[in-house]
Amino acid sequence: MAQMTETADRILTTADGTPLKQALARATRRNKIRAFILVAPLLAFVLVSFIIPIVDMLARSVDNPEVQAAIPETVALLKDWDGTGLPPEPVFAALAKELSDKSKRSEIGRMGARLNYEDSGFRSLLNKSQRRADKVTSGPYKEGMIAIDADWGKTSVWKTIQLTAPSTTFSYYLNALDRTYDENGNIVMQPEWKQIYVHLFVKTIYVSLGVRIACLLLSYPIAYLLATLPASKGNLLLILVLLPFWTSLLVRTTSWIVLLQTNGVINDTLVWIGIINDANRIEMIYNMTGTIIAMTHILMPFMVLPLYSVMKTISPNYMRAARSLGANPLVAFVRVYMPQTIPGVGAGSILVFILAIGYYITPALVGGQDGQLISNFIAYHMQKSLNWGLAAALGAILLAGVLALYWLYDRIVGVDNMKLG
Amino acid sequence: MAVPSYAGPVERTWYYLYRLMCAAIFIFLIAPILVVIPLSFNAEPYFTFTPEMLSFDPKGYSLRWYADIINNDQWIHSIKNSFLIGIASTVVATTLGTLAALGLSRSELPAKRLIMAVLISPMIVPLIISAAAMFFFYSAPFGTSFALTQTYTGVILAHAALGTPFVVITVTATLVGFDKNLIRASNSLGADSVTTFFRVIMPLILPGVISGGLFAFVTSFDEVVVVLFMAGFEQRTIPRQMWAGIREQISPTILAVATLLICLSTILLATIELLRRRNERLRGVTY
Amino acid sequence: MKHLLKSAGVAAVGMAAFGLAGAASADTLTVVSWGGAYTKSQIEAYQKPWIAKTKDTINSEDYNGGLAEIRAQVEAKNVTWDVVDMELSDAVRGCDEGILEPLNASDLPKGADGTPADQDFIQGTVNECSVGTIVWSTVYAYDTTKFKTGPTTIADFFDLKKFPGKRGMRKTPKANLEFALMADGVPADKVYAELATAKGVERAFKKLATIKNDTIWWEAGAQPPQLLADGEVVMTTAYNGRLFNAIVNEKKPFEIVWDGQVWDIDLWAIPKGAKNKDRAWEFIKFSTDTQRLADQSKWISYGPVRKSSFPKIPAAVQPHMPTAPANFKNPLQNNFEFWADYSDELNERFNAWLAS
Repeated sequence: MAQMTETADRILTTADGTPLKQALARATRRNKIRAFILVAPLLAFVLVSFIIPIVDMLARSVDNPEVQAAIPETVALLKDWDGTGLPPEPVFAALAKELSDKSKRSEIGRMGARLNYEDSGFRSLLNKSQRRADKVTSGPYKEGMIAIDADWGKTSVWKTIQLTAPSTTFSYYLNALDRTYDENGNIVMQPEWKQIYVHLFVKTIYVSLGVRIACLLLSYPIAYLLATLPASKGNLLLILVLLPFWTSLLVRTTSWIVLLQTNGVINDTLVWIGIINDANRIEMIYNMTGTIIAMTHILMPFMVLPLYSVMKTISPNYMRAARSLGANPLVAFVRVYMPQTIPGVGAGSILVFILAIGYYITPALVGGQDGQLISNFIAYHMQKSLNWGLAAALGAILLAGVLALYWLYDRIVGVDNMKLG
Repeated sequence: MAVPSYAGPVERTWYYLYRLMCAAIFIFLIAPILVVIPLSFNAEPYFTFTPEMLSFDPKGYSLRWYADIINNDQWIHSIKNSFLIGIASTVVATTLGTLAALGLSRSELPAKRLIMAVLISPMIVPLIISAAAMFFFYSAPFGTSFALTQTYTGVILAHAALGTPFVVITVTATLVGFDKNLIRASNSLGADSVTTFFRVIMPLILPGVISGGLFAFVTSFDEVVVVLFMAGFEQRTIPRQMWAGIREQISPTILAVATLLICLSTILLATIELLRRRNERLRGVTY
Repeated sequence: MKHLLKSAGVAAVGMAAFGLAGAASADTLTVVSWGGAYTKSQIEAYQKPWIAKTKDTINSEDYNGGLAEIRAQVEAKNVTWDVVDMELSDAVRGCDEGILEPLNASDLPKGADGTPADQDFIQGTVNECSVGTIVWSTVYAYDTTKFKTGPTTIADFFDLKKFPGKRGMRKTPKANLEFALMADGVPADKVYAELATAKGVERAFKKLATIKNDTIWWEAGAQPPQLLADGEVVMTTAYNGRLFNAIVNEKKPFEIVWDGQVWDIDLWAIPKGAKNKDRAWEFIKFSTDTQRLADQSKWISYGPVRKSSFPKIPAAVQPHMPTAPANFKNPLQNNFEFWADYSDELNERFNAWLAS
């Protein structure tokens, strides 16, 4: 079919007289539709259950409805304020009215929580004012509000409200990059004691690189062994790689706790042999060391398997040729064998790096205070501090990094060539 | 690989050193898993080998931690949950994933790369992001109050989404070596497409489907981050229960559960291996 | 959406097969608390008599405090918790954010001696959305086998020279910053005034930094006694009731240092929109009556919030109460208003400090 040619004077037709080109196009279209129908259910499922939630979460990182929802009138009036001195009397009047609206109670509570991220003290300022605002029923409202709390007489308080009023904000992203708006709306660095996330991102990258290198160093020799052993022995040893791969993550993490803790198996053995004394047990867990050891162990199969599948295809004849041409074994290995394994090294490295950079469970369980990575802080803001906007912003940055790596992986290895088991 | 007969003493030393190094690495891989097994029979609530255990005194061993699991409603409930959620999400993931793989294997499919990227994404996106996103969305899907958080349906759907990439990948891989002429032969012999699917395609790709299904099952069975965010008390799974145990007070009961899970993973591994071999045999591929 | 429904169907079939179907019916309450010995004391003192009286089913669930789960449930309009045991600062914040049900405090029963509830409850323990149950305190304890003469003051906790060894502290600035300032010489009644200033915060962190490298941070209340028992630490801060359980019930060689204790109250609250709201309120009224509160102290050494319960506390437990005169010499009450305002900032700072 493919080589059919067409000339101007003679049109090929099918048995029923339709031009062949048309029939073919129809058949192709039908096949296209049929193929798509097969894929459609899963595509729809993944879109609805996965992609839309992610987009929805990313939207939260710029979403900023709290102030608008609680005091819309005040915010509208505040727009025209030039930011010097105090806002005019009508703004105070609107505020007093809106704060005393009992039906808005939870909105005001949430606004307090939101503003408290910008400046500590807003929460109690708003809660206190809310409880007492209904006593300010007549002017002058400015004096009335300031009597409730002197903070209402501060320009900076009003500026913060004005700055936080728009319904979208970049302040979560700024926060995620250790920056913030000053009261005039300029982007400035956070005070030193609040700078944490840039350092954390860098640390996460370093740890992932470290784990990647450790995985590579440990995986290369055994992948080589597995690939060069006779199939029967090789398959048997392969089980030693696959069993950890198939064993629950939590089981492996538990195992490392049992092995590494101060009164754990390794320390006990060392004390028993006499290498260390009882008082100087080594701290190997609940710190960065523990995180790296456990993560290396857990991610190693993802390095061994791609290396193994590449090495399996390398013919031993190249090495033999190099040797017979007089290369010593080391030179032969480094100059002839290793270059051929680079696709496997690349695939394994990126895979391990992608997995390591978003790791959560293991650092959370064995990381202690300094072994926490960026994922742990996302979880912290999701579950503990309830600063969901910041969690979303941190997540978005992490996701962007991972997608970039994924794109790289797709370019180098091709997603379709991904092998499992 | 053995030492070549022409190898000199330096090379020999290297060779044995290399072997030793490999042995050490294998121990690193497997020891952490094996060490849990004997410790789960510890008669004492410790996580190290007691002197009685080391001298193989039967008094040092006991099954009390296993009895603990059986007598603890929460553990039993979580075991039931893990299987329920695992099986239900595997059914969803395998059905949708296999269909999609059949479509993906057709060369006519438009925008294949993009579709593949979307389908694989649940595997690539860090779990913490997936979990957070699903938590928000499932709390109020499309702004409705039809909340799926803290329900079995929600956890099952989330796990199914996480499991589908594995099914797609394994089944697609099986289909790479699939001879399309078999379908044409079947059609020309008068079978309709449903018959062709169940009588010709399915038996051939079944190993791929099953191993994809097993991957999906394990993904769900081992998953804890989504469960942490989305599941309520009612939907606690084994990993969730272990997570709580490890964070609060590790009792050797966790080691007993771990041992049972190791047995399970050994069975799964063996199944996958058998399927792989069968697949190779069927397709006439030999390595 | 079709697929959603389809899979929902699959799930439903699966659930029925496992016999797990059936959500909460009218007489099932989900009561959420902090786990371990504390939850056990509540089960023994409140839940068992309640079940005996009403034939209700009670699901006991554990959490580690905070408002995250409640807020998530309320926002999702799928509230599965009925009664939650909370810290005061969270209860107040939750009430302000509108995620807790307002309660009608005038409904609370009189004390056994006839005192009206509003006079029987210690001041500040009944709030708009929450009813107090216990007085508890964060103290520190040490392993008596590790020291010939043990530490006696809060300053000793920070003295690595005199008392070498690992420390355990809760992974939060709350109570730790207070301890640090008191150890640094700030009198208890000046602590929060000092902490409200930048200089005071600096000072507290500086003091904490002196033991940072020797500290293991715990999160769940059950952890610190475990850390002490495993020898991972020689002294640790902990909730006094958990220590009581380890010392009295498990006969562990620990000693509590009461100097500088930071005390607080725990309260029952009902998440907004709880399915069994009315039943939950009945349960709260029942469990905070004179007898129930007194009974709880048999199981754990937390003090009741009703004055009428004091005489009913068993004599053996009296000396372990945070409020016992011998223990209450240098106490500090946790200031929930301070923490409502500063917890975001100080948590952030604390995390940055930990990670650096």
